[in-house]
Amino acid sequence: MTSAVPGTLAAFLCFFSLTVNVSDATGQETAAKPEKKTTEIKIGYLRAYAPQLTLSMLDLPPRDEGVAGAEVAIGDNNTTGKFTNQKFTLDVTEIKPDGDAVQAFEGMIAKGDRYVVADLSAKQLLSIADIARDKGVLIFNVGATDDSLREEDCRVNVFHIAPTRSMLADALAQYLMVKKWPNWVLLYGSHEQDHLYADALRRAATRFGGQIVAEKEFKDTGTARRTDTGATQIQQQISVFTQDLPEHDVVLVADESEVFGTYVPYRTWTPRLVAGTAGLVASSWHPASEQWGGIQMQSRFLKTTSRRMLSKDMSAWTAVRAVGEATTRTKGDDAKKISDYMRSDDFSVAAFKGQKLTFRKWNLQLRQPILLGDTKSVVSTSPQEGYLHQVSELDTLGVDQPETKCALK
Amino acid sequence: MQKRACAFAILAAALTAGPASAYTAYVSNEKDNTMTVVDTATMQVVKTVEVGQRPRGITISHDGKFVYLCASDDDTVQIIDTATLEIVGTLPSGPDPELFVLSPDGKTLYVANEDDNLVTAIDVESKQVLAEIPVGVEPEGMGVSPDGKTMVNTSETTSMAHFIDTGTHEVTDNVLVDTRPRFADFKPDGSQVWVSAEVGGTVSVIDNAKREVVKKIQFAIQGLRAETIQPVGIAISADGKKAYVALGPANHVAVINTDTYEVEKYILVGQRVWHLAFTPDQKTLITTNGNSNDITFIDTATDEPVQSLTVGQQPWGVVISPK
Repeated sequence: MTSAVPGTLAAFLCFFSLTVNVSDATGQETAAKPEKKTTEIKIGYLRAYAPQLTLSMLDLPPRDEGVAGAEVAIGDNNTTGKFTNQKFTLDVTEIKPDGDAVQAFEGMIAKGDRYVVADLSAKQLLSIADIARDKGVLIFNVGATDDSLREEDCRVNVFHIAPTRSMLADALAQYLMVKKWPNWVLLYGSHEQDHLYADALRRAATRFGGQIVAEKEFKDTGTARRTDTGATQIQQQISVFTQDLPEHDVVLVADESEVFGTYVPYRTWTPRLVAGTAGLVASSWHPASEQWGGIQMQSRFLKTTSRRMLSKDMSAWTAVRAVGEATTRTKGDDAKKISDYMRSDDFSVAAFKGQKLTFRKWNLQLRQPILLGDTKSVVSTSPQEGYLHQVSELDTLGVDQPETKCALK
Repeated sequence: MQKRACAFAILAAALTAGPASAYTAYVSNEKDNTMTVVDTATMQVVKTVEVGQRPRGITISHDGKFVYLCASDDDTVQIIDTATLEIVGTLPSGPDPELFVLSPDGKTLYVANEDDNLVTAIDVESKQVLAEIPVGVEPEGMGVSPDGKTMVNTSETTSMAHFIDTGTHEVTDNVLVDTRPRFADFKPDGSQVWVSAEVGGTVSVIDNAKREVVKKIQFAIQGLRAETIQPVGIAISADGKKAYVALGPANHVAVINTDTYEVEKYILVGQRVWHLAFTPDQKTLITTNGNSNDITFIDTATDEPVQSLTVGQQPWGVVISPK
């Protein structure tokens, strides 16, 4: 992983290349030409939603999680659209978490949505992917972190804005290795998504040289997440659960299902740091990120929505901005052209992460730095310094091209 | 004998490398809410002045009597008397002012309000807002043509350079550039505007008559990742022959021949180099290096760094007195 290929780097170094600029046609759009017809660009937003219980009150998802990010991006696109005669609209459709996505999706297509931001389960997303492809509709996945959607189940018309579990786990593993905390125990929940995150952490350990010295599954026995007097029991329960573990530096927690993870920090048998879905958490955004102009995004989001910006909000913002960027640069609303452009070397989108974000051409996953944060602040950002890559250091996170199982179709 | 010759050589080098005239440089320090006052001849700090919160954009009246400073988190522009170094007033900048530019006649200040997608034009004497001009998302870079007739603002998320007629305060042209444009600087003859794109990693040269990009300049520094090359500040020499571009986390300043658009040199300065300014005699260029808390003096005859000087925390902008 830590190999540099100077020869390849040199290939990028095209000094003063006479890029015949793309703006010879774009430079002349002016606000002072009212005769120009405004193009309406309809963006759909399909989400599986039901109120969700969490172990901490602080983690209850806002009713408009994700959607709010898309709305702010629509506003941003429209500010730009004043100058390019484009108007963006958002059309939100909700289904149940176990609901039928196909029917809802067909309804959206009938309304004219050609770009659909999807906050769905992997199964739901797959159920609409091929219908979308046949209708020339582009999907932007902001909810599902499943690696399978970018690998064996990848699709030519599905762009993935949300990072994968393997990207998140790799981001965390790089940091723990840089800190020289290489010995980990892995506690994981008993649901499918917990197992998938545990798999990603095991893969990251192998990849970056971490040692998982012990593993334990925390069975979901159907405990209520809200209890008046639960705290005393939980304190003892976690302590006992972590009693018989071998010597380790860090406790890794894989509990996407919100069954026990939040309770692990400060309650372990030995005093150890916690990371994973609790403690130090890897994510595509953090409500306290203010680097790289992030404070402007945070201020704008807070002013519009009266709450803090979460990772899904950022993914949805980025999805809608990516469509905005592509329509501005291609000067049109042709889904095929936009798809081609997004996959070209010319495309990039800026999302307050210190560098441009681009799509991996082989599986349409958005390359992005991953933020590592606790409840209050951003602790670090991966990739960590020293993890080099011949194409992009962002490709040290997640499944890389030589290992991919994706054949876009 | 040999020793003396050597000493003479050092002395000669020191004499030629040092700035010829004494000017005063004012550096805004974003993190510790101060402004550092520097003597450019001795290259020493004269005084550190406490100012408003998050000082960033900084400029000076054409007579050198007042420094104008964007105190971003105080939502105001502070006026500092250069004789007493005291804050003598404020201007109604609108929220979160970051960068601004003073008109050639010294009468109007154009301020970018990042949070409100506006450019505010302020009459300096009456301290009245003349106009609020809607632009793209996150306006930042501000440049004004030498004849004062055209103002250019860059909007970071919209990725455009907006050309504004200063007579009517209307946006007349919008030129798409690369992602996150940060700064706009006119060539002294007014023929071109140079716009840096921080995330895009390029500088777009815009023809001011045609209002279109005629050249995109790219950068590459041996051993540095392309992502770390993030152009921000631009300074074009008074004779229009050389452009200096601060490359942010690449810690270098690029020197560009404005005839050939070729990068002739990369000068290593401090960490996260942000903005730069010439002394009025054009012999020295000063850069602000945010992450190493210092400024670098560059001798423009040799394009070599002469000296670094520690200032406040996270130096952001720099302006130099006209006399």
